[in-house]
Amino acid sequence: MSLLEIEKLSLNIGRVPILRDVDLSLNAGEVMGLVGESGSGKSMTALTVMQLLPSVAKASGRVHFDGIDILAAPEPAMCKLRGNEIGMVFQEPMTALNPVKTIGAQVAEGVRWHTGASRAEAEDRARRTLDRVGLPAKKFPLSRYPHELSGGQRQRVVIAIACALKPKLLIADEPTTALDVVLQAQILDLLRDLVDENRMGLLLISHDLAVVTEMSDRITVMRHGEVMETGETAPTLSAQEHPYTRQLAQASMHVPARAKIRGTEQPTHDLLQVEAVTRDYAGHRTSLFRKPEPMRAVDDVSFSMKEGQSTALVGRSGCGKSTLARMILALDQPTGGTISFMGEQLTGRDEATLKPARRNMQVVFQDPYGSFNPRHKVERLVAEPLHTLEKQPGAGERHELVARALHEVGLKPADMDKYPHEFSGGQRQRLSIARAIITRPKLVVADEPVSALDVSIRAQILDLFADLNQRLGVAYLFITHDLSVARAITDDVMVMHDGQIVERGKTSDVLDYPQSEAAKALVSASPDLRRAIAKRLQEQG
Amino acid sequence: MTIMADEPVPEPQPGFLALALRNRSFVVGALLTLFIAGMALLSFFWTPYDVTKLVVADRMLPPSSTHWFGTDQFGRDVLSMIMVGARASIAVALVAVVIGMGIGVPLGCWAAARGGIVDEVLMRFNDVVFAFPALVMAILITAIFGPSAINAIIAIGIFNIPVFARVARAGALSIWPREFVLAARAAGKSKARITVEHILPNIANQLLVQGTIQFALGVLAEAGLSYVGLGVQPPMPSWGRMLFDAQTRMMVAPTLALFPGLAIVITVLGLNLLGDGISDVIDPKLRRQR
Amino acid sequence: MTAYLTKRLLIALVTLAVASVVVFSMIEIVPGDPARLMLGMNATADAVQALRDQMGLDQPLLVRYFEWVSHLLTFDLGKSYTYNVPVRDLVMERLVVSLPLAIIALALSALIAIPVGIFSAERRGRMADTISMGAAQIGVAVPNFWFALLLIYVFAVWLHLVPAGGFPGWSAGVWPALKSLILPAIGLALPQAAILSRVTRSAMLEVLGEDYIRTARAKGMPRNAVLWHHALRNALIPVLTILGLQFAFLLAGTIIIENVLYLPGLGRLIFQAITQRDLIVVESVVMLLVAVVVLVNLLVDLSYAIVDPRLRTRR
Repeated sequence: MSLLEIEKLSLNIGRVPILRDVDLSLNAGEVMGLVGESGSGKSMTALTVMQLLPSVAKASGRVHFDGIDILAAPEPAMCKLRGNEIGMVFQEPMTALNPVKTIGAQVAEGVRWHTGASRAEAEDRARRTLDRVGLPAKKFPLSRYPHELSGGQRQRVVIAIACALKPKLLIADEPTTALDVVLQAQILDLLRDLVDENRMGLLLISHDLAVVTEMSDRITVMRHGEVMETGETAPTLSAQEHPYTRQLAQASMHVPARAKIRGTEQPTHDLLQVEAVTRDYAGHRTSLFRKPEPMRAVDDVSFSMKEGQSTALVGRSGCGKSTLARMILALDQPTGGTISFMGEQLTGRDEATLKPARRNMQVVFQDPYGSFNPRHKVERLVAEPLHTLEKQPGAGERHELVARALHEVGLKPADMDKYPHEFSGGQRQRLSIARAIITRPKLVVADEPVSALDVSIRAQILDLFADLNQRLGVAYLFITHDLSVARAITDDVMVMHDGQIVERGKTSDVLDYPQSEAAKALVSASPDLRRAIAKRLQEQG
Repeated sequence: MTIMADEPVPEPQPGFLALALRNRSFVVGALLTLFIAGMALLSFFWTPYDVTKLVVADRMLPPSSTHWFGTDQFGRDVLSMIMVGARASIAVALVAVVIGMGIGVPLGCWAAARGGIVDEVLMRFNDVVFAFPALVMAILITAIFGPSAINAIIAIGIFNIPVFARVARAGALSIWPREFVLAARAAGKSKARITVEHILPNIANQLLVQGTIQFALGVLAEAGLSYVGLGVQPPMPSWGRMLFDAQTRMMVAPTLALFPGLAIVITVLGLNLLGDGISDVIDPKLRRQR
Repeated sequence: MTAYLTKRLLIALVTLAVASVVVFSMIEIVPGDPARLMLGMNATADAVQALRDQMGLDQPLLVRYFEWVSHLLTFDLGKSYTYNVPVRDLVMERLVVSLPLAIIALALSALIAIPVGIFSAERRGRMADTISMGAAQIGVAVPNFWFALLLIYVFAVWLHLVPAGGFPGWSAGVWPALKSLILPAIGLALPQAAILSRVTRSAMLEVLGEDYIRTARAKGMPRNAVLWHHALRNALIPVLTILGLQFAFLLAGTIIIENVLYLPGLGRLIFQAITQRDLIVVESVVMLLVAVVVLVNLLVDLSYAIVDPRLRTRR
């Protein structure tokens, strides 16, 4: 009998159906990958097993864990299971820990609660668990508070809480989505080791097919609250018999068609020149009377970009890539060094004289929900950069320009009178791009422009970027932590680490044969679906 | 190759009014507020009795069918006085809110846009104002410059300024790092223009909610000031003054103290419910918690 | 921790300094001659000059300011013109009424409001929550002096349980003194309790929606245990803020209620001083109240640092 058996599970919240006839089973020591795009119901499935659903949710069907009927279990029985027999790890490590309690207390709490152990015994166990998850006593005493730890370290604490009592089942809901690729690889390694050591079952929930493939023995693909396909990982993904599985896999590996790589054969002049740029931030004060140590976010960075060229800036989170982008966009002033755009220096200029540069340099942000003023209509939003034109267009001309920009990104002129909340995430990212290209800029800086999107939408947006690059000759500076995005769309790549650019070269060269330590770490940690399938096939025969 | 992907487009959201009309707090609050405001407006055209006329024969009558709320020590009709008294309460509190918003909001937005020393100085100045016991200072101001409705307005208004400055600043600070503001900056717009186009519309709701709260507090403060004789001056009736007059006659006519107090409670309750309703509607996260 | 507290302390000192300038100039901008204002229009020129001398009004502004401040620092609050006694004695005499009143009211408010707020949050959306928050909504709208009037009517005029006003002094015994403070304390406490219970409830609800509450539930702790062990301490921060504000308000904002009940407290002292134009008393007592507010805020800041470990290392 399986450790976890879910049969014909349906779930409604109010009158909205969330899950329909979900079947899933998991054996002890097995890793089941649960994969799907947003809204597919994968998290809700996990919360049903934990019985941590909102009170308005109604579940029907059969969920058995270790012979216990979960849907019928009374709350006290569930409390005995949670944390003891079933552990859970959540997505957002920054908020998953109570800020006013020490990490020791938070790990020991569950131990005391379930085993009735004394404080000393529980703390001893907490200590051993923290040691096991890679937080040694010397650097991470039990008396540490969560705010003194980084995101990756906090996720280790959450894992320690979930695994302190060696549960039979561990549910990990997007455990690495909020972390950068290097941390992601470390946390996944840790999870895999814990599963092997304790013969736990692991239900790994992720939107990332590559991560799931690397980790899981079997996978279940969900969409719109239903199971599309389930089976052994390697055959399922290599055969790709189910159309939706195939669609997901292809979208994950999607590379936009680009007719030719620009910038290499035609020697054009420099569009952007960054010279010895440095940016310091005031550090935290430790004493009122001592000057705080400045934090160097960007350290002596120099590079240049040519017209029509598409360059990726990759690096781990906190490496300074977004700060650098802001300085290029003249939204932030460098502490030292100069930035020139189209032959004109940007640094130290006031807003009025920056207009010509701004007209030729636009931006696309990550969050398709945060990048529009929710109170304005699309016409006004997309037209905003027209402000940089010398001669302000009249109402009619403005209307036409917006219509053209919308057409170019695949939206309809009728969309002009809508508010941003009437669009889906992918459509909003199209709006964002329409706004960026309306002044026909020479350079678009895109800060993680597809990382908030589901894979299939991401593929479409990447196609759009590639298409616009071909048609309008616009150059891109793509800031991304995702090497597959860099590989899909850019000619050159720069690897940033601790505020410095440590490696630069052709995208394929750098990503296939990384030279610097930082680049090697990034490449080896990055999940790659093709590689993962090949490896699985070998292992599973 | 094209990939078919159907991403769900969010369902159309009902507008503010549609949501508001489904909110119990909002509806009750709006009705109570409209009722009091309507009463004040009506009093300009019609009251059951003339409040300036003293009818000695009708002194201290208990509530009856001719005088619903009874009469006071000068034989004036209490209902009519409460209707006219609503004017003072509303006018003083409303103008004080306008003063507070008019000065506080630009200051708060300025502090948020400039940051640094401007922000620091302004916030320290706020701390100073907050350190003064508001009612004491209002009494001091009206005592020095003479008791009158205008001075009461100024005294209450001054203490509204830092409240609105603080709310506006906090709201603006949460909007400035948003990506649409960065996009506007990348479009070369000035900080003043961004404040008007992007910041203010997005903090308007918070300001509106704070406005109802300060309005309610203003009604209470006005009642307190006129109770101690420093608000609207007789013969113009005011709720606070009516309570003061009623206090000495409580043994004989307790209802004299009851009705003006109820009028204050209804006004403040209405405004607070209205504010709660608005914030419920505009902040869906909080709404779900109810 | 020290950096945080030093910063708070500095801010408090700056606030006090600026406030002293404001209070001082408030008296200065009084239209006309302050001495004439205090004495009234019928006073002789000699009397006015005598008061001017006593107040040092003929000295330069700055000298007067610094003298005033240096006296304040030694708790020398000057001499009341109307009572002809040192202001310090007046204040001490009134503080023995106002301080117990404020403390009783605050204690009542906290003891009622915090449990009600927690209880409501725990049962959000159910009948008990709706009723208690409805009551709180009305409580916030009730002017405390009117509520005190109603209480007098019921408990003093009708039931004769307590005196209708006045204060016998602590020399008359603790129980009679307390009896005369109980109605005003309840009158003051009710609207404060209403505000505090709403703040407590919404703080609890906000905290209960946090991710770490889910983490604690996933550990296997029942809902109630999570509420007490995880939510309460985090929700305490906004509650403390309001409690601090309320203490300052209760000490200073009792003016009207003390007038309603003829209580010889600080509020009544300052009100009488203002109406009698005893500027020396006004100046000193306002400054004293400001100092109390600043001190209480400082204590609240200190308690934040105890509740929230993040403040101990940050800033």
